[in-house]
Amino acid sequence: MTITQQVIQQLINGISLGSVYALIALGYTMVYGIIRLINFAHGEVFMIGAFVGYFAITVLGLPFIAAIIIAMVFCAILGMIVERLAYKPLRKAHRVAALMTAVGVSMFFQNAAIALKWIGASPKGFPRVIEVQRYHIMENVSITSDRLLTMGVALLLMFLLQFIVHKTLMGKAMRAVSLDKDTAQLMGINVDKTISFTFALGSALAAAAGVLFALNYGVVVYQMGLLPGLKAFVSAVLGGIGIIPGAMLGGMLIGIVEVSVSAAGYSMVRDAVAFTILILVLLVRPAGLFGKNVREKV
Amino acid sequence: MKRKMFLVLVIVLIAALALSGCGKKPDATTPTPQQPVEEFIKIGSVMPVTGAIATFGVSSVEAIELAFKEINAEGGVLGGKKLKLYNEDNRSTAEETATAFQKLIEQEKVVAIIGSVASSHSLAGAPIAQDAKIPTISPTSTNPAVTLIGDYIFRACFLDPFQGEMMAKFALNELGLTTAAMIVEQESDYAKGLAQFFKQHFEAGGGTVVQTEEFSNQDKDFTAILTNIKAKNPEFVYIPSYYDTVGPILRQAKDMELNAQFGGGDGWDSADLFDLAGDAANGGFFSNHYSPDIDSPEVKKFLASYMAEYGKVPDALAALAYDAAYLMARAIDAAGSTDGTAIRDALAAITFTGVSGNIVFDANGDPVKTGVIVGIENQTQVYKATIQP
Repeated sequence: MTITQQVIQQLINGISLGSVYALIALGYTMVYGIIRLINFAHGEVFMIGAFVGYFAITVLGLPFIAAIIIAMVFCAILGMIVERLAYKPLRKAHRVAALMTAVGVSMFFQNAAIALKWIGASPKGFPRVIEVQRYHIMENVSITSDRLLTMGVALLLMFLLQFIVHKTLMGKAMRAVSLDKDTAQLMGINVDKTISFTFALGSALAAAAGVLFALNYGVVVYQMGLLPGLKAFVSAVLGGIGIIPGAMLGGMLIGIVEVSVSAAGYSMVRDAVAFTILILVLLVRPAGLFGKNVREKV
Repeated sequence: MKRKMFLVLVIVLIAALALSGCGKKPDATTPTPQQPVEEFIKIGSVMPVTGAIATFGVSSVEAIELAFKEINAEGGVLGGKKLKLYNEDNRSTAEETATAFQKLIEQEKVVAIIGSVASSHSLAGAPIAQDAKIPTISPTSTNPAVTLIGDYIFRACFLDPFQGEMMAKFALNELGLTTAAMIVEQESDYAKGLAQFFKQHFEAGGGTVVQTEEFSNQDKDFTAILTNIKAKNPEFVYIPSYYDTVGPILRQAKDMELNAQFGGGDGWDSADLFDLAGDAANGGFFSNHYSPDIDSPEVKKFLASYMAEYGKVPDALAALAYDAAYLMARAIDAAGSTDGTAIRDALAAITFTGVSGNIVFDANGDPVKTGVIVGIENQTQVYKATIQP
């Protein structure tokens, strides 16, 4: 394997990891955009999505695409329930209260997963639902059908999201609420419904990311959402939290950076590098790559 | 405002309940109040019944229960006293292992402990037993440091230097491979020890380790380090980890057409490896303590009674835990009392033929014994060779 071949192969590894991060980061960013809440339970929605996909395939015997849709629907409903029960009562409370609640919800889901007999704490192998095909781009550089599917589904969902946000009435409502909740309400927008919808959308994307991640890396386990969740958060901040294209780009970048760090022989610091980026972004450009510096209203 | 505070409180409480709920599952081995009062000798065990390496803990507890059942049926120890197992689940973590040792010694007042499985876990728990002078046998912790904790700590298995040597020699001499790469989990004393000894013996035997990659136990994406290894084109890849990480690594290696011979240590010995790796595990080799295919009266008896009790073939974890349980019972008998120091002295002097071979302890509390190489064919384990120390 030449250096060029290695670099290209690692780029492919990075982009397929990054597309999963991007999908999770979208949910973080949308929720933050609309109610200024960093939803730390988002990584657990990702985990639950992966498990729903796992059970849809192993227990119900469904094909992969059906499994991913079921996981998305399930998590969309779950996301709305969590918002209604845990975050809505705190909407007018201090932001830290909602943030701590999010951390609590995250712990709740992790521990509930361990306590449930059919999930438990042991890792499970994700079934090989798709016949693995390898496509050789050049000598020694290949991409599997799993990875192509991951990137394809991720891109498709991102375009779909852009369409919903920019071309539909609900998208318009979302943008209005994110600009100014109270004024939006005065204009006759149903704010509660809009926020619910945002949670549903974000959670569905996280669920899709969970199933794709499990397919690619072959394992589902209760704490699988923790690190991808945190890294997606870094991605969202890197791209500019609240900005949808920023989350996509941020996710891709973090995926590529992480893989590059491992490729350079520093696999033990790959997580640390992601969080160093978070600190640097917050210090140097808190609004992120795509963000405009907006003065906080006093 | 009050209502909101209340809601927050409720959510925190629910989370707290969920947290505590899973630690306090009723233990199958706890005596029920209806039982008549009988004189028991309490033996503790600390095993990972849930968590990343749960199959190890389940096998071990099943085997100890079986051994105690047999011993009790034959009249128990010390002239008719029955053995009773108090197992604590350490949820596959070192922290919970320390807590479990403490609980067994201080609350349950056990006279001896069998445990734990993983070396990192035993290293966290055994110092507590040493301080309390409670004789402890780990069935399967292979890292040399475990028995060096003190003179009350023993083990029933061989050590990592031998295990690393076994695989190095097998790869060099039997498979005829001369270049190797290693994938080493950095939080695991077991993995780091094995990698070190494998490298030492592989290079002493004329081989070269061309690449060493590290990972952290939370990692799920191994594609980057596997691409690095593929670039070096080694003939053999040594992954001395437990099945929970070996499975995904093998699967991802197969996806990227990393065409090398894969090998590892006794951490591969779990049926879950096939669930996690699928057909990617086929063709691999690992060093182990025992194989059900070995033809000896001890293995045959154990195989028959374990199959009758649990309806499955026992793995090496079960074999060693079974041996450890018998060792402890024999030592209590030989000591003539349940005094910790007396049991320790009896253990140190014991000669015992078990399922996993002959056990005589050296000055450190380590047995000197043979090992086997197991191959994986069509997702089943096949006995390949016995290797002498």
